[in-house]
Amino acid sequence: MRAVDGVTLSVRPGEMLGLVGESGCGKTVTALSILRLVPDPPGRIVGGTISFEGRDLVRLPEEEIRKIRGCAISMIFQEPMTSLNPVFTVGEQVAEGIRQHQKVSRREAWDQAVEVLKRVKISDPARRAREYPHQLSGGMRQRVMIAIALALRPKLLIADEPTTALDVTIQAQILELLLGLQEEMKMAVMLITHDLGVIAETADRVVVMYAGRVVEEASVKELFDNPLHPYTQGLMESLPRLETGKARRRLRAIPGLVPNLLELPTGCKFAPRCPKVVEQCWPTEPELREIRPGHSARCILAG
Amino acid sequence: MGRYVLSRCRQVVPVLFGVTLITFLLIHVGLGDPVRAMMGQRSDPEIAARIRTEYGLDKPLWNQYTLYMGKLLVGDLGYSYRQRRPVSRVLAERLPATVRLAFAAMVVALLVGGIAGTIAAVRHNTLWDLLIMTLSLLGISTPVFWLGMMLILLFGVWLGWFPISGYGDGGFTHLVLPALTLGALQAGYIARMTRSALLEVLRQEYVQTARAKGLRERVVILKHALRNAILPVLTLAGIGLAELLAGAPLTEMVFAWPGLGRLLVSALGNRDIPVVLGATLLFALIYLGANFLVDLAYAAIDPRVELTKR
Repeated sequence: MRAVDGVTLSVRPGEMLGLVGESGCGKTVTALSILRLVPDPPGRIVGGTISFEGRDLVRLPEEEIRKIRGCAISMIFQEPMTSLNPVFTVGEQVAEGIRQHQKVSRREAWDQAVEVLKRVKISDPARRAREYPHQLSGGMRQRVMIAIALALRPKLLIADEPTTALDVTIQAQILELLLGLQEEMKMAVMLITHDLGVIAETADRVVVMYAGRVVEEASVKELFDNPLHPYTQGLMESLPRLETGKARRRLRAIPGLVPNLLELPTGCKFAPRCPKVVEQCWPTEPELREIRPGHSARCILAG
Repeated sequence: MGRYVLSRCRQVVPVLFGVTLITFLLIHVGLGDPVRAMMGQRSDPEIAARIRTEYGLDKPLWNQYTLYMGKLLVGDLGYSYRQRRPVSRVLAERLPATVRLAFAAMVVALLVGGIAGTIAAVRHNTLWDLLIMTLSLLGISTPVFWLGMMLILLFGVWLGWFPISGYGDGGFTHLVLPALTLGALQAGYIARMTRSALLEVLRQEYVQTARAKGLRERVVILKHALRNAILPVLTLAGIGLAELLAGAPLTEMVFAWPGLGRLLVSALGNRDIPVVLGATLLFALIYLGANFLVDLAYAAIDPRVELTKR
């Protein structure tokens, strides 16, 4: 079974790339594959390249990719409640990554860790560092995760649904923090989410995924002004809007469910749920075509 | 912490009452007449009656119990009928041998079981896993006396590496075979528990976080995963240690090991009621102590556990 197939992505230094799609569409697998963290078995990377600063991460020896993890490329996960090890203090968990990649003493690593905790705006970081994850709130823990990820100033940060598990008010704080730190460190960020609202506020460019494939890619403004793929259009229409009078309408959901990856249709994977489906959608899967400069879609009706 | 220890100590009292009461009743229902056991073939009713009065066995059962408890509360465990010495001294004499054997067996079990279980979890669904799980099942299901005799035959008789029986001068060589025999069962349990606990932990997200930090797989397993997986293993090891300390009578019999288990078996045969009661009490205390140690270890390992007065 191919969870992710033919996905091509690129992200430049200082850019925030949004990766959007429903749960189960392959966003997380794509992200984990970049650092080769897909559990093997059962997962395996069967082909393709992941090019980072001119090196192909897929073919790197284990020892080399390990040196990149947490150093040049870092990751933040969805669930701050379970992503931190309950039996170590948060300071230890930040310092551990620092010591892994830099030749520093325990003491120096600890001081650096406290410094990083301060940068992610944890109040009284010296005291907090000595606390265990269960003593911190969800938002606090996600800040600690960000601290772990950013301790070594990575070139690329992969944030997998970093705000999904948090309260809305905390979400905004965390996103703001991420944006601020990105600005400051000039790093590339790949923000994975199912929330178009988050994308609209933060991303420069957006990639929409469906059933393990990229179905549309464009700059954030272009995508929201002019969505080309029926799936993207469906996602937009299912967003609540603040409108009054005649413009008010009921939310429209996309009919049907995310397809089972074992029973994918041969043609366009979205065809069974697509409101605009035509005869030609079924026999072969459309290519991802550039419809206008910088805006591509995988749909025969586009353009 | 001090209050916690105090509250745990208070729990000891009702347990001791319960244990003595049940043992007392069982002995008098099922063990038979101690006086007849003492006198053997001679049966002079006059002497028998005198012994009965001397030991207070002519009194009603409830009276015997209150007398016993009265003495117990001031630390007097009574006199052994057979050895004509204080029970406390008899027990104290046997305790060191049992403790040595139990701890040696537990070290074997934790080392072998812990390492084997970790390998099985890391090499999940491979031939290694299958092999280790099969061996652990064998360890659990092999009767202790049979395993003991086989080890005696192989390492004692054929290879002549280790002495086959007795305590010797308390040296290491006499300890090896009994410790292996006793440890095998516990090693089996511990291997299976370590494996399942570790498999569970390896699915947790914080393990992925540890890998994403660029840690070596060895560090991920030995530091991040094992530290979490060890808690259920500890519970099991605590109960196991208590079991081992409670004498493991079969192993002590097979190896003629002068421990508490063998003492209890022979005291039962001799209807030596004070020794049976004393040994049972000691075992109950050992179980309580082992549980207490496990709780302390929990609090030391898992910061989420706080020792509070219950």
